Amino acid sequence: MNRIVSDGTTSDPSGAWSACMLSCLGKFGRVGLILPPMAAGLAACQEGVLSPQGPIGKAERIILIDATVIMLAVVIPVILLTVAFAWWFRAGNDRARYLPDWEYSGRIEMIVWSIPALVIIFLGGIAWIGSHQLSPSEPIISAQKPVDVEVVSLDWKWLFIYPSEGVASVNRLVVPVGAPVHFKLTSATVMNSFFVPQLGSQIYTMPNMTTQLNLQADTPGVYKGLSAQFSGDGFSDMHFELAAVTDDQYQDWIRTTQAKNNSLDAGTFSTLARPSSANRPETFSSVDPRLFEAVSMGGLSDFSTQLEHSDAR
Amino acid sequence: MLGKLSWDAIPFNNPIVLIAFSPVVVLILFLLGLVTIKGWWPYLWREWITSVDHKRIGVMYVILALVMLVRGFADAIMMRTQQALAAGGAQGYLPPDHYDQIFSAHGTIMIFFVAMPFVVGLMNFAVPLQLGIRDVAFPVLNNVSFWLTAAGVLLINVSLVVGEFARTGWLAYPPLSETAFSPGVGVDYYLWSLQISGMGTLLSGINLTTTILKLRAPGMRYLRMPIFCWTALASNLLMVAAFPVLTATFAMLLLDRYLGFHFFTTDGGGNAMMYINLIWIWGHPEVYILILPAFGVFSEVVATFSSKPLFGYRSMVMATMVICILSFVVWLHHFFTMGAGANVNAFFGVMTMIIAVPTGVKVFNWLFTLYGGRIRFTTPVYWALGFMVTFVIGGMTGVLMAIPPADFVLHNSLFLIAHFHNVAIGGVVFGVLAGYTYWFPKAFGFTLDERLGKAVFWCWFIGFYLAFMPLYALGLMGATRRMQHYADPGWQPLMLVALAGAVLILFGIVLTVVQLVVSIRTREQRRDLTGDPWGGRTLEWSIPSPPPAWNFAVLPTVNGTDAYWAMKQKGIQPLVEDANAYQAIEVPRSNPTGVFLAFFSVGWGFAMIWHIWWMAILGILGCIAVSLAQAWRVDNETTFSAEEVAAVERARLGQEIPA
Repeated sequence: MNRIVSDGTTSDPSGAWSACMLSCLGKFGRVGLILPPMAAGLAACQEGVLSPQGPIGKAERIILIDATVIMLAVVIPVILLTVAFAWWFRAGNDRARYLPDWEYSGRIEMIVWSIPALVIIFLGGIAWIGSHQLSPSEPIISAQKPVDVEVVSLDWKWLFIYPSEGVASVNRLVVPVGAPVHFKLTSATVMNSFFVPQLGSQIYTMPNMTTQLNLQADTPGVYKGLSAQFSGDGFSDMHFELAAVTDDQYQDWIRTTQAKNNSLDAGTFSTLARPSSANRPETFSSVDPRLFEAVSMGGLSDFSTQLEHSDAR
Repeated sequence: MLGKLSWDAIPFNNPIVLIAFSPVVVLILFLLGLVTIKGWWPYLWREWITSVDHKRIGVMYVILALVMLVRGFADAIMMRTQQALAAGGAQGYLPPDHYDQIFSAHGTIMIFFVAMPFVVGLMNFAVPLQLGIRDVAFPVLNNVSFWLTAAGVLLINVSLVVGEFARTGWLAYPPLSETAFSPGVGVDYYLWSLQISGMGTLLSGINLTTTILKLRAPGMRYLRMPIFCWTALASNLLMVAAFPVLTATFAMLLLDRYLGFHFFTTDGGGNAMMYINLIWIWGHPEVYILILPAFGVFSEVVATFSSKPLFGYRSMVMATMVICILSFVVWLHHFFTMGAGANVNAFFGVMTMIIAVPTGVKVFNWLFTLYGGRIRFTTPVYWALGFMVTFVIGGMTGVLMAIPPADFVLHNSLFLIAHFHNVAIGGVVFGVLAGYTYWFPKAFGFTLDERLGKAVFWCWFIGFYLAFMPLYALGLMGATRRMQHYADPGWQPLMLVALAGAVLILFGIVLTVVQLVVSIRTREQRRDLTGDPWGGRTLEWSIPSPPPAWNFAVLPTVNGTDAYWAMKQKGIQPLVEDANAYQAIEVPRSNPTGVFLAFFSVGWGFAMIWHIWWMAILGILGCIAVSLAQAWRVDNETTFSAEEVAAVERARLGQEIPA
């Protein structure tokens, strides 16, 4: 199977061309739906899944738009035919032919089974190939070295651990532009879903389980991230920001963070794990290397922390 | 003595709840008072509450659904108002703990206590009439099913004033719904009300499945059944197959919550994803339990008002049964984002898409039923056409989300919310309202007001587009579901449009009530004495409206599809000329088992929720005692003599039958 390949450059002319084509297609798709509110929302789409800033999100947008356009080719005629047949065969229309016993035509039956079947065979192919190419655990092939990030969802904030650099941060994820980021994710509380709309795929974070996700940001910028799985009262504020910065800035950030003197050990973690929401971003200069594994194996969710948890709720 | 129950359970400090609930209490007291003063209790008890007549039970289901629609919609408009206000730094007027209960209650009520009873009610009413038979297979069980559903409804409404409702979403995903994270009674209200009503649904499914498989008019082979009966068969088969899964899943969560088991907990080896798999193994068939009968209604409506047989009947039957089977192998598409392997996701994605093939065939067949017709634009036709136009958009977005990589960015977003409301409103709601208008004259002997009916349609139709098209756009902008507030003020204009749509739907609901009142007041002008106001094709239109307790004085003999249309074509009168043809008819007697069972079930459920153990024991003992009493009941039938039957038939046609 093909994989999503990125050479890590940001100025790819063919990429720019396809992006331009896609935005035209996107507009076509939206106009085609004849949905005025969608057009009204165009401007705000700039921060959504239709303006992806990485290879995964871009590939997903292509699928989204292609599949929509393919289906519209059937859906729009069906809508028009419904209206046309209903109008033409209205009871008052003497020119319309009345066929009171017409109930079967092998030829039409053949066509009405074939049209959806063909569309679905085509889309099924897209789904099958897409599922494999864009499988969240599939690494992104790149000349650049991938960055590893371990993600822990807490009530109601996000903890990001950089195992190679030995630092950690809360509610702010900094990644180098153009480098694949490999996430390992778990939850120290209920289920959540890690999602940066402009980078593409989301994935669940689940207690006692580890999921994998690979994303990449191609353009520098600050992108919104959120939990896309309801997780309790503080859910609406369970946001984070993802800053995609140049390699130098990234190294700077790592160094600055390491220079501070606050470590994330089991004690700090259990304080951090207490329910709180709308937390300001913070960083930790060092982190217990076994923390993620302990959380993902359920080692930290002993009975007492759960009790605290339920009290706080 | 009272377990966890104390005065703290009543939210005196929450004005919103009290203000919302006071008028409801006043209304209920007023109605109870009115019934008492007018002395209607004996009539209600005899003719409705304890009735085992499938038509009466069907009507009661529909009334229950309409009442709960108001409750579920009140939740909806509160949510839309909250999201229209809570942009940027604003928090709106509902704090998270209250907002979370509202969206959980909205989903639970709309699926379990609006859509389900409405669909079950229509099937109960119409299926035996269409099959040309006198009742369902198990009439008393039918009444029990209804009252168990009503018991669930009562419990979920009690949660409004005594305690709280779940704050977990309508499917109560663990571990959030486990005691560690939801220690209150909300999830218990959710679980017990659905356990009790789910039992009713299962029994109802068994009943109608048996009816369709075993009781049909002479000559009505499977491939002569009206298409609505086929969709009802598929729907009830799904109920029989899927609801036990729901009951078992909830039972496991109850064991976790009450006895410290670890099925789905975060500790002790529990695995929440097991619940999520199981709940969707019920949940996806549930979607088809609701939509298939709606498809059936549209098939009847389109054919009847086009004055033409349904195009491709056999294709329709095949499509229905294919959907019925495939609905069990697609559940995983509700959580592609859990991180399953590519093959698993791809398999479930492709299976999901395959369902679009039979569904697409259905749409084309309706289209070709219109072709060559003489379409009369009655209210049911408006609903049917509105459905065809709207549903294909919902189907398209559904297929879109069946592509795993597309779902990775759309999952749990407002796009998803827009999608399932597109099929739930555009499909199920339009369908049941079409069925309600279509069969109303059969149930009551007069038609509903057409002008108001069309006004209701336009309110829902335009209201739907205004309310949900913005949500599609918001979903693409990255707005997720269940947000009590959001940071991006750019989303607010679309949220306001969505609120306007909800207000328009509110007008639609108000007009439904107005239509009912106006139609009842002007019933003399709109009385239908023929029993066949629409030029019907199926057997229910061959008998008087409202039908007598025995439905068919003489069981019809069926020679093909559209049995009544064929009779009319051949000039065969449903009236039997020879008075000797009438025979004595045995019909089941009214039976209070259902209402007593519901009484004790509510006691059991309420006691379990509040840990009032003595009361729980009384409740379960009461249920057992009532069941035993029913088991030993002997005098279960009453007989109408041949003369009584003949007299009713004569009166209906206003003519003498030659002796």
